[in-house]
This record gives sequence, structure tokens and C-alpha cells, in this order.
Amino acid sequence: MNQILRHARYVLGENPVTAASFGMFALFIIAAILGPTIAPYDPLASNTAQALAGPSPAHWFGTDQLGRDIFSRIIAATRLDMGIALSSVALAFGVGTIAGLAAGYRGGWLDRVVGRIVDTIMAFPLFVLAMGIVAALGNNIENIIYATAIINLPIYARLARAEANVRREAGFVEAARLCGNSETRIVLTQLFPNVMPLMMVQISLTLGYAILNAAGLSFIGLGVRPPTPEWGIMVAEGASNIISGEWWVALFPGLVLMAAVFCFNLMGDGLRDIVDPRRRT
Amino acid sequence: MIVLRRLVSALPSVIGVIIVTFLLTRALPGDPAAYFAGPAATQQAIDEVRHQLGFDRSLPVQFVDYVKHLAQGDLGTSLSTGQPVIDELITRLPASAELTLLGLLLAVAVALPLGITAAMRPGSWVDHSCRIVATAGVSLPTFFTGLLLVYIFYYLMGWAPAPLGRLDVFYTAPPNWTGFYLIDSLIARDWETFTAALSQLALPAFTMALFSLAPLARVTRASMLAALGSEFIRTARASGLSRMRIVYVYAFRNAMLPVITTLGMVFSFLLGANVLVEKVFAWPGIGSYAIEALIASDYAPVQGFVLTMALLYVLLNLAIDLVYGLVDPRVRLEA
Amino acid sequence: MNDAGTIVELRRGVRIDRGRTPLLAVDQLSLEFRTRSGIVRALENISFDLKRGETMALVGESGSGKSVTAYAIMGINDEAARVTGGSIVFGGLDLLSADRKTLDEIRGRELAIIFQNPRVALNPIRPIGQQIADVLLRHGNVTAREAPDRAIEMLAKVRIPDPKRRAAAYPFELSGGMCQRVMIALALACEPALLIADEPTTGLDITTQAVIMDLVAELAASQHMATLLITHDLGLASEYCDRIAVMHAGHIVEIARTADLFANPRHPYTAKLIAATPGGVDRLDALTSITGNLPDLRRNNLPPCRYSERCERRAADCAEPPLPRRALSDGHVLFCQHPLPEAP
Repeated sequence: MNQILRHARYVLGENPVTAASFGMFALFIIAAILGPTIAPYDPLASNTAQALAGPSPAHWFGTDQLGRDIFSRIIAATRLDMGIALSSVALAFGVGTIAGLAAGYRGGWLDRVVGRIVDTIMAFPLFVLAMGIVAALGNNIENIIYATAIINLPIYARLARAEANVRREAGFVEAARLCGNSETRIVLTQLFPNVMPLMMVQISLTLGYAILNAAGLSFIGLGVRPPTPEWGIMVAEGASNIISGEWWVALFPGLVLMAAVFCFNLMGDGLRDIVDPRRRT
Repeated sequence: MIVLRRLVSALPSVIGVIIVTFLLTRALPGDPAAYFAGPAATQQAIDEVRHQLGFDRSLPVQFVDYVKHLAQGDLGTSLSTGQPVIDELITRLPASAELTLLGLLLAVAVALPLGITAAMRPGSWVDHSCRIVATAGVSLPTFFTGLLLVYIFYYLMGWAPAPLGRLDVFYTAPPNWTGFYLIDSLIARDWETFTAALSQLALPAFTMALFSLAPLARVTRASMLAALGSEFIRTARASGLSRMRIVYVYAFRNAMLPVITTLGMVFSFLLGANVLVEKVFAWPGIGSYAIEALIASDYAPVQGFVLTMALLYVLLNLAIDLVYGLVDPRVRLEA
Repeated sequence: MNDAGTIVELRRGVRIDRGRTPLLAVDQLSLEFRTRSGIVRALENISFDLKRGETMALVGESGSGKSVTAYAIMGINDEAARVTGGSIVFGGLDLLSADRKTLDEIRGRELAIIFQNPRVALNPIRPIGQQIADVLLRHGNVTAREAPDRAIEMLAKVRIPDPKRRAAAYPFELSGGMCQRVMIALALACEPALLIADEPTTGLDITTQAVIMDLVAELAASQHMATLLITHDLGLASEYCDRIAVMHAGHIVEIARTADLFANPRHPYTAKLIAATPGGVDRLDALTSITGNLPDLRRNNLPPCRYSERCERRAADCAEPPLPRRALSDGHVLFCQHPLPEAP
């Protein structure tokens, strides 16, 4: 453990950009947790007198067409977007990893079934599949989470399956088997921790992708409904204003969205360097 | 022969796609008939629709019906327009295809030279910009990039035309050969329409290209680096072969293999990004058709759209496999 | 074109004197690698000659610098390599000061190399006939129309069965031995004056090894071509080479004619090498291993004799520079302060 921390400190020291991304991540989490309490205005309070006002000392990011403070709405949206991203990735990771590990370890019909399901999901362009799922299950936030989880599942399943396949015959697994451990126990207690480092990298990268996905879905009108603040829907609301020149309504939510995704991608790259320097690009 | 074998191997995917699209609408929570009848339907209308669409029969029977309809090209009827879904899809497909293909072409035209040059000159500014593109590019939300481009190039600079579709109101579409305005206007030798169509295409295609640029540039650079450092290149150098031949005939062709494989993933992104770009630029393709239908809770078009996109994707992956087999004899001959 | 004593005129005014004596003269060559963990002093004061038609071996453990020397001659070392002294003169041309285009003229034409692990040294997605044709076309010996036929001729020359059909094959379809034959065909397509063979038989089975080495020896003899064999296998070197240079940790420690080297090894390391080689001793249980390890070449306090730290005969003056060069009889050269006594 100590060695990992020391190596982590070395990588972060070498790579100030990665260290900065971890810092940014912390900021996002804080904003998500504290949410509306630190926002200067009520994100839902409209004030038509102040509609479409540009950035100013009173409204750092300006106001939207209903006079709501954009900065406050962005902070409030952080909780929702982070929440959607974290829960969908947690779901994809949890279900996908277990399924993949079990499939890779047991082989046989389980492997074939899991393989078929994964292949079928991957036969679709992923965003289109998410659209279809949300359309089918109903237009709400819960289903955005399920849809995003489903389309990200294959990556974890495949990764876990490959690892389980390789380690199936490894020494420590044999030892556990000989000690009388049940297969489930072996999968959970032996294989799972060994897969974790690679999974951490993947989780970070998928978080970025999940946010883009959720924002994209709400941009086209799925999932989140007004007046709920969410980065994607805020960009959609500001889209019509772009053509008339009120750039701030769409720009700030978009920039924050980009920053979040970028942060996750950098974290993923940094984690990859910590976990497996051979894979560095 | 190989083509046949690959077609057969794509069959499970096609079957899976059909099953999933079937389940998506038939296994809806609540009453599927209500969805298809529309939000304004009376109970009587719902019952009629239920009987009409066969929802009162068992699931396996419904599935057989569904496949039968598919085989006849019947994807149902849109509630909002009253038109058969298949007709709308066929009319709108060229618009989406033209946009996506142009975007892909742009991405390849930029990413490949960028990646190759970056690999040949490590540490140069080209190398650094390639790496920045590769890392930052994946973070760009497509819809946001599109809007930014509209703001900068239309609103601020006035270079690009208004994002209002494929052609400005003053122009009429060229006579229909392929449905691709660029090609059709060239066939008709109508340079004005060609320029007009191209200028409308510029920003949306560029937006699509930006998104796929990152993974392509990254893979090109990495695989070119690997190829240039490999042993057969050392042999080529030791044989005194010219630099041109070493880089382009020996290294590049080998480096293209992972790039071709990456195109599969890139297509997945592109087909999804298509929807978003069509919304931003009011592009009359199948993506915006689906979005309009979604908002109107009109389910048959959405189902048709998902099915079409998925089948397109399967075909594209097939094409990629075949191209890969053309370039890499090991795949061709090792069977 | 390729007779004894002729000067070959290539493009760009490059001239190689194939009849020059010695054909290849490496003089005091020193080379280092810049790496992340320090500067590796890979070669120091390497000197040896090679005459036209002669076969010579560079023998040593892995890490002794033999491949680095070969690559330095060809000019295909990694970017991190830097020559810090000495010269390499081939046919009258100074290779170290020649620019890349000049080197490209002679590489593959007057100076050629074959590598270890031939299957990965060939382009995996290009038919072998075409790869040979590429070399022929590059050095202007043939027209585009003739090239494919000449390539097939080369394949026949290296005794690949059914060469016409095989010319369309890819490396993955051929065995290791056949791939090495293709490599030889590639290298000898333009009848070079010097062939460097870098561990050409490592990884091949024993019978194939003999066949490949015989082929190289035969072609070398018929073309009056000089061969520099890089190997760790002293036994192989003794079978095919006129002279042997023993390398250790970036130094040449001893050069002698093969018979002299085995009959009368004067450097302690050479003696140990012979004792560790099957065939060098009479009984299997007489095989000994060499004590100690190669010194870390990143140190900047390396002693003048890099074997001294492993040597049983080490004395105080072994740590004092310079390392003496003793020229014994008949081309036998030695770099040692306390050589073994002469054999009776």
C-alpha cells in the first residue's frame, strides 16, 4: 500500500497536470455535496426583469431568458450531473464486473450468455441505444441512469472477463480453491481485488463519457425537464440565444461540462500511469 | 467467399438488434398500445390500436409479426405525420449520410497526416499538438462545439450561413440521383448550388469531424510510432530503401491496421453525434426525425430510427472487417 | 562489376573500393548511449580489421557490445547512440562522417546485414518476392520489369523450393529457417562486399543452423564476400570463421586466428569462454561457468580493463591506465596486463 502511495506521489509530482485534475475533481465533488447552499441565488428563482443580462459583478455568469442566475444553476446542476454519472458508472461497473468475472472464471454457458448480451449491446451505436432505452422506459432521470449504465456495461464485462480468463489458473486462485473456498467467494475475494487497478482507470474514463452521454440526452429533450438545472439542458436552453448573440447562456454550462469531462479524462490517464506505466501513450 | 463468411458472422448481431428493438417497444412498462395510440387517445382508440398492432396477442406471436413486417419493409406509421416510417427514413437518410461521411472524411484528412507527422517528429510542435488534440478532443461535447462554431463563424464572423438546414431558401435542391447534394449538383453541373450546399455543410461536418479527430489522431500516432520502431523497419533502413518507401509503403501500411480497427468505435460515436449535430444545425436527417418523434411521444419512428442506425452500424462494421482483411493478409489467409 | 580490385561507382558520387586492404577498418571506436538512467559507455576503443573475402567473428556474452558494433558499422543504431571517438572506414569511405544519403547508397548494396529472428525482421504484410524486388529496384541493378524475375532467382539461389510460387508468400507462411533464407536473399541481392550476420542462427534448431551457416559460407566464398559474424556461440564461430575477436563489456580483449585462439588463448576471459563452450573441452563435467557479472557500463569509474573486477589474475597494475595492447605473432592481438602464459 505504501509503495502504491509513494509511486502515486511520484507520478503526481512528475505530472502537475494530472495532480491539477485530481484537485478539480475534488472541487466538483465539493460543489456537488454542498450544492445550492453555496449558490448565491436560488437556481429556480426567475426574475424576468433581469432576463438575458450579461455577466456582471452581480451575476458572474449572467442570467438566462427567465432571469435566473446561471452561476447558481450551474452549481446546482453539478449535484445532478455528478449524481447521474456516479450512479450509472457504479451500476455499470458493479454489474459488468461481476458478470465478466463470473463469465471468464466459469466459462461454458455462462460465458456464452454474457458474451451474447455484451455483443448485442455493442452492435448498436451507443448513444442511439441510450435514446431508444429512455424512449422505451420513460422520460425521466432514473432511466437516464439505467440507459447510461447499460451502454457502459460491455467495457467492464469484457475487461473483467479477460482478466478472469488469465488469472483463472493462477497460483493464488488454486490455493484458494484448495482451501475449500466456494467459487463465488473466489470470484469476489480473490479475482475482484486483482482487477481493481485496471478498473479504476476505466471508471474514471467512463465517468467522463457518462456525463457527456447524460448531457447529450438532455440536450435533445430526454430525461431532465425544465426547470431542473442540468448542464446539458442549460446548453439546450441557451442554444436559441446563441444566434441572437447572448452567448453566456450556453457557453458557461458548456464550459463547465467540458471541464468536468476533461478532468475525468486526465484523472484516468494519470491513474493509468500509476497503475500500469507500460500502457502510457 | 470471405464476404459470405463475414456476412454470416454478422447474422447474430442482426438478430440481436431485431430482438432488442422489438423488446424496446413491446416490453414497455405500462400499456404499449397507449404509447402507440398517442397521448390524446381515448380508451376506445387505445383498444383499437391494441388490436390493430397485435398487442393483444402473445409475445412470440407478436415477434413473428414484427419480423414479417420488417421483411416487407413495414416499420409502422408515424402518428404526427401519418406517413409510413420507412418512407420518411429513406427520404431523410441521404442528408444524414452526406453529413456523416463528410465529417469522417475531414477527420481522416486531418488526423492521419497529424498522427503520422507527430510520430515521425517526436517532441516537435506537431507532436505536442497531436497529443493535445488527442486528449482534449475526447472531452468536447459535440452539441456544445457545434454551438460554439455557430457563434464564432456565423454570428461573430459572418463567414458561415445561418444554421437552417441543407440549403438556403433561395436555392432548390438539385435533381435527385444519390440524394447527396454535393454529388447531385456536380452531376447537374450546378456550381452555385454546389457552393451553397457546401457552405451549409461546412460547420456541421466540421463539428462531426472534431469529435472523431481525437481517437483517430491518437491511434495513428501510437501505431505509427510502433511501426517505425519495429524490426522490419530496421531491415528496410539497413537495405538502404528510400525514406519515402520506408515511411509510406512499409511503416504506414502496417500502422493503418489498428487505425482501421478504431474506425469501428469512431463510427459508433459518429452515428450518435449525428443526432446531436442535426439538432443544432436543423439538419433534415433521420436524427432530427427521431428527436421530433421523441418529443411528440411518437414511438414508431423512434423504433424505426434505432433499428436503421443499428443495421447501418452492423453494415459499417462489416465493411471495416473486409477492408482490414484486404490490407492484412494474415487475416485473409489464416482461416 | 564485382571483380577483385575494382572501384564501384554508385550514385551521388559515392565510391567504394572493394579491393582495398583492409576492406573494413574499425579504429578506436567508442560509443555511448544516453538513457534516462545515465550514460551507458557501450563501446570503448574498439579496433579490428577485416579483409576482402575473410570471415571473422565477434564473440561475447550478451551485453558485450557486439551487436552495437555491428549496428554502428551499418549506421542503424538507435537515436540515443552517439559515437564519441574513432573511425570506421569501409572501402575507403569514412562511414561515420558520411551523410545519410551516402549511407543509403551503400547499405543493402555494398554493405548488408542479416538479423536474428528473421520472421519479425521482414515486413509481415508484403510478399517476400516484392521485398527483395524493392532492394533490387532501389539500388538500380534492374528495371521494374526485370525485378520480379531477379527476385525469384535470388530465392532459388538461397535454395527455397518452388521459388516462383513462394515469391508471393508472406513471412508468416514460412518457417523460421525459410525466413532466414529470405533475409539472406534480401541481403545478398546486390552482391555486397561485406555481410554482417547478427546472431543469424539463434532461435533456429540445430540442423537448420548448420544449413543456414553453410549457405552463407558458400555464397560468401562464391562472391568473394567478407563476412562478420556476430555470435555468443564460440563453437559456431570456430566452425565457420577464419578469425575471432572476443569482446567483453564493450572492449575487445583478444583477436586471433581461430586455431591460435583455441590452441593458445592468452586472455583470461577467452580461456574461461572456451572452458564454458561445449566442444571447447573434452568432457561435459569439465564445463565451467564464468564467475561474476558484467560491470555496470553507466559507472564513470570503470577500470581500464573492464574484466579486472571478475578476473582471478587481477593485480594492482590492472587498475592503472592505459590498458596495454600486445601484438603477438601472426595477427594475434591481446589487451591485458597479465596475460595467461603461452601454451606449450
